[in-house]
Amino acid sequence: MKLKLKVWRQKNAKDKGQFELFDIEASEHMSFLEMMDVLNEQLIEKKKEPVAFEHDCREGICGACSMVINGQPHGPQQGTTTCQLHMRHFKDGDTIAVEPWRAKAFPIIKDLVVDRSAFDHIIQAGGFVSVNTGQAQDGNAIPIEKTQASKAFDAAACIGCGACVAACPNASAMLFTAAKIAHLGLMPQGKIEENQRVLSMVKKMDDEGFGKCSNTGACEVECPKEISIANIARMNRKYMAATLASDKK
Amino acid sequence: MSLTGLFLISFLLIHLLGNLALLKPDGGVAFNLYTEFMSNNPLIQLVSKLLYFSILLHAIQGIIIYFSNRSAKGQRYAVKTSKNTSFASRNMALLGTLILAFIFLHMGDFWYNLKFNPESIPMVTIDGVQYKDAYHKVVTSFSNPLIVGAYLIGVLTLGLHLWHGFQSAFQTLGLNHSKYTPIIQSTGRIFSVLITIGFAMIPAIIFFKNM
Repeated sequence: MKLKLKVWRQKNAKDKGQFELFDIEASEHMSFLEMMDVLNEQLIEKKKEPVAFEHDCREGICGACSMVINGQPHGPQQGTTTCQLHMRHFKDGDTIAVEPWRAKAFPIIKDLVVDRSAFDHIIQAGGFVSVNTGQAQDGNAIPIEKTQASKAFDAAACIGCGACVAACPNASAMLFTAAKIAHLGLMPQGKIEENQRVLSMVKKMDDEGFGKCSNTGACEVECPKEISIANIARMNRKYMAATLASDKK
Repeated sequence: MSLTGLFLISFLLIHLLGNLALLKPDGGVAFNLYTEFMSNNPLIQLVSKLLYFSILLHAIQGIIIYFSNRSAKGQRYAVKTSKNTSFASRNMALLGTLILAFIFLHMGDFWYNLKFNPESIPMVTIDGVQYKDAYHKVVTSFSNPLIVGAYLIGVLTLGLHLWHGFQSAFQTLGLNHSKYTPIIQSTGRIFSVLITIGFAMIPAIIFFKNM
């Protein structure tokens, strides 16, 4: 299949950046990233600068790939990362626009690569549980109810790719932060620090410059792991409760 | 936003129910008595102050959030999609601004004249007591097609704002559950449609009756 690619090129964070047009011939069996590999091979052969983009596992679980394809983070297919999106979802002769995640808190490093360390800082603020060192505890020592475990697992499916922020018209990181807070807080091991966690992570999220949630629900639609915005409501609930019950003055 | 929003939603319902008195075919007796009650009841006076405060707070917060969110997004996408959000949810700030403009128009026409410009309102005698003929003022305004048009646009904007705002307020307050969220969402949609039809009906009926 013959395609026209409109790819965002930007040398560094300070550069203004612009679209560059490419003609490419791809097979419909290729993944989107394999198609980008073909493009880069052609560019290297012509002694041109290849397009910088992030990728790692290429099986939809690492959260490295990050492309806004025709205005949608990770492209048109629901519940799929860019690496798992195949070219058969496009038609011969299509023009495809590829842009980086857009958010002030995710500054562009080069082309389609953005700096997502803001997410790491949110995790550092409270995305952990304190456990004793020494021999690992027996797996079934702490009983966990099935529905709780399933809810925690659904939230833990978040791969931290940042599609929620990219999709949000406000560049809000509420879905990511809420997923982490739910995944840890729903487990008995994470309950102990829950109040402090929700306060610290929400504060960090605001300090990093993410926008405020207006409940458009775009994050939930574009999330490759289909994390529900019910987690955001849960975070709001916990945040209010923690604010009222905080030990801090 | 959510608390003031829900308060304003509850006001809309009361406001609509009260205004239905305009449609009673009694030459405005019911509406004038209602206006008299609303203007003099001390509890209503207190709630109305809270209402003005809520409208202003809701608007100011909305404007602050709009600008801070715009700056948090920075550069926009070249290719925009409308696949992942509703029209209303994307345009809450724009809809809100239009509603605020409509509130100024609406209050300037009725509330201001009734309160600060009583000479412009004729008097009427009901059962031997003199009342301000607010009904007459409403009918005069709603005989003007431009005013009726502005009201229809204002009410439609309000309906769209509610379409997203109603259920959004509950989500912000942390109320999201597979059991009751579908009920909140459908109640919100029915409420927005009823409020739109209800408020649009009043100027439209009065206009056509007096044509």
